[in-house]
Amino acid sequence: MTTRRLALNAAATVTLLYLLTPLIFVTWLAFFRQEIPSFPPEGYSLHWFAAIFDEPKFVSGFTLSFQVGALATAIGLLLGVPAALCVTRFQFKMRAPLASLLLLPLIVPGVVLGTAMYVFHVNLENTLDVDVLGTFYALVAGHVVIVMPWVVRLVTTSLAGVDRTTEEAAQNLGATAWVTFWRITLPAIRPGIVAGALFGFVTSFGNLELSLFLVAPGHTTLPIVILQYLEWKIDPTIAAVSVVQILLIAIAMLITDRYVKLARIV
Amino acid sequence: MAELQIQKLVKRYGDFHAVRDVSLTVADGEFLVLLGPSGCGKTTTLRMVAGFIEPTAGQVRLGGTDITSLPPWKRNAGMVFQSYALFPHLTVAQNVAFGLEMRKAARPEIDKRVEETLALVRLEGYGGRLPRQLSGGQQQRVALARALAIHPDVLLLDEPLSNLDAKLRQEVRVEIRELQQRMGLTTVMVTHDQEEALTMADRLVVMSEGSVRQVGSQRDLYERPADRFVAGFVGRSTFLDGTVEAPGRFRTDGGLSLTCAGGQVSNGGGKASLSLRPERLEVAAAPMAGLDNCLPGTVEFVSYLGAMIDIHVRLSPADRLVVQIANREGGFTPDVGQTVHVGWRASAGQVFNK
Ligand SMILES: Nc1ncnc2c1ncn2[C@@H]1O[C@H](COP(=O)(O)OP(=O)(O)O)[C@@H](O)[C@H]1O
Ligand SMILES: [Mg+2]
Repeated sequence: MTTRRLALNAAATVTLLYLLTPLIFVTWLAFFRQEIPSFPPEGYSLHWFAAIFDEPKFVSGFTLSFQVGALATAIGLLLGVPAALCVTRFQFKMRAPLASLLLLPLIVPGVVLGTAMYVFHVNLENTLDVDVLGTFYALVAGHVVIVMPWVVRLVTTSLAGVDRTTEEAAQNLGATAWVTFWRITLPAIRPGIVAGALFGFVTSFGNLELSLFLVAPGHTTLPIVILQYLEWKIDPTIAAVSVVQILLIAIAMLITDRYVKLARIV
Repeated sequence: MAELQIQKLVKRYGDFHAVRDVSLTVADGEFLVLLGPSGCGKTTTLRMVAGFIEPTAGQVRLGGTDITSLPPWKRNAGMVFQSYALFPHLTVAQNVAFGLEMRKAARPEIDKRVEETLALVRLEGYGGRLPRQLSGGQQQRVALARALAIHPDVLLLDEPLSNLDAKLRQEVRVEIRELQQRMGLTTVMVTHDQEEALTMADRLVVMSEGSVRQVGSQRDLYERPADRFVAGFVGRSTFLDGTVEAPGRFRTDGGLSLTCAGGQVSNGGGKASLSLRPERLEVAAAPMAGLDNCLPGTVEFVSYLGAMIDIHVRLSPADRLVVQIANREGGFTPDVGQTVHVGWRASAGQVFNK
């Protein structure tokens, strides 16, 4: 019994280390004093963090990524929650195909998705004779596609755990279908919605492949800024930027976890 | 409170009849129990009254108004669900207040009514708790309070006691019944537990395979069951299979010729069952006088139930009866293998077509 337990703990530790090693090294690197990332470090310093702000592209990239992520998440919720309800609650002919379709963007490679969207935007622009390609809203629309599967998936899981008789009880007590949704169903699926929003936002914020096809030159998201920076030089600024990102996501997760236990939903 | 009328109610799922042509009237203030084995359509009937299932045909009238096509939220019916269906994120008081809020009652009025209703189900001081902080019995009372708070025209109970342990169930039966009588609530309860049904009901409806088999008081169902199913389902019965030879004459498959109450079914020699109540049969070591039937037999099995003793007696290779005797001090208790005599009056039995 104890040996089995030991083996299990060892396996868990190895897996965790495997996942964490790159993060640990990046974080370590961000504090090196020397410019060329080589071991052992010559000393430690915080000046790479200050260097982030000397590069306006990092700041504007961060701002854009944040705006796109926030807006795409909001729209993703507005579309994803009703879609999840529709797929779990109603019986109709195209139910199963629709359910799969809603999760498809999780499986399709980002490059394929990006190409498809690029072609679509070009056609849209030609047909409608308006600016589409490279606009902020086109970028947001693209990100909605990758946010929505998370919302649909996590809300669907939440909905499966809702006791339908509580909804009937509400209607029995005089609540219309709409009031029942707001007062009974929505509170019950709130953890799924919060988790879906969080994962959707993180996915959008870190997305590279899709954005590559949709951004306008000179006005790009943070992951692209990082990629472009790396083409010119490798110094610990990149590591510092990564650390800031990791911290932000960790904080978001910790705050979320205070309200809904993520481990129970995902 | 109001009178509930169910008229020719039918529910079909494809070719399957869940409820066939059920008609019932529940008088103002009456406690009606739908009793039947699992799957006989009790819940479906109740849910059609509540408005959760749309009937294939038929009508539901409450207080004289046709409510068949009204959505659940426009019917003033209070329902207690088998699983209680309490709102997990709301406190006990908020659960009970829910229906009143939906009716747009004023806050002071709501608070007053919640307090009254919680007192009614003996849950004073529990208003601030969440459902998961309550025991099963307490949750059940919250569910009841929530349904009562809206002053429903009819109270609907779907197996409300099935999730309670045996001892608590007995107490709650009496509690619910007393509350119902005190408030004069028109009530329909669904159960498959005959003891529960007999304890609580003013009148019972026995259902089987979607149809009503018999409606009546406890005494009606017990003394005059309408068919073999009711005879077997309400109270206990022991059956002898055979045919009706002539009015008042029953021949068992084992060849015994018995006297049965005259004027009962004579189906031209078709298969029939003679149904007897085990506690109406008498057993003795010697033949008994003054009974219409008295037959020798061999004791095959004895089960000792405390207050009662069941004795299984074989009368012929094809006929076996269960006799129930009271466990009196110094009473006659035969042993397995012993030869005994079993007797009964013709009026103790009833013949049904098979
Ligand atoms: N939605 C449904 N589709 C098909 N059959 C159903 C449906 N709901 C109930 N039934 C069937 O109808 C019958 C009666 O069900 P129900 O009213 O729940 O029985 P009970 O008397 O145990 O409460 C059962 O045989 C059940 O399988
Ligand atoms: Mg049922």
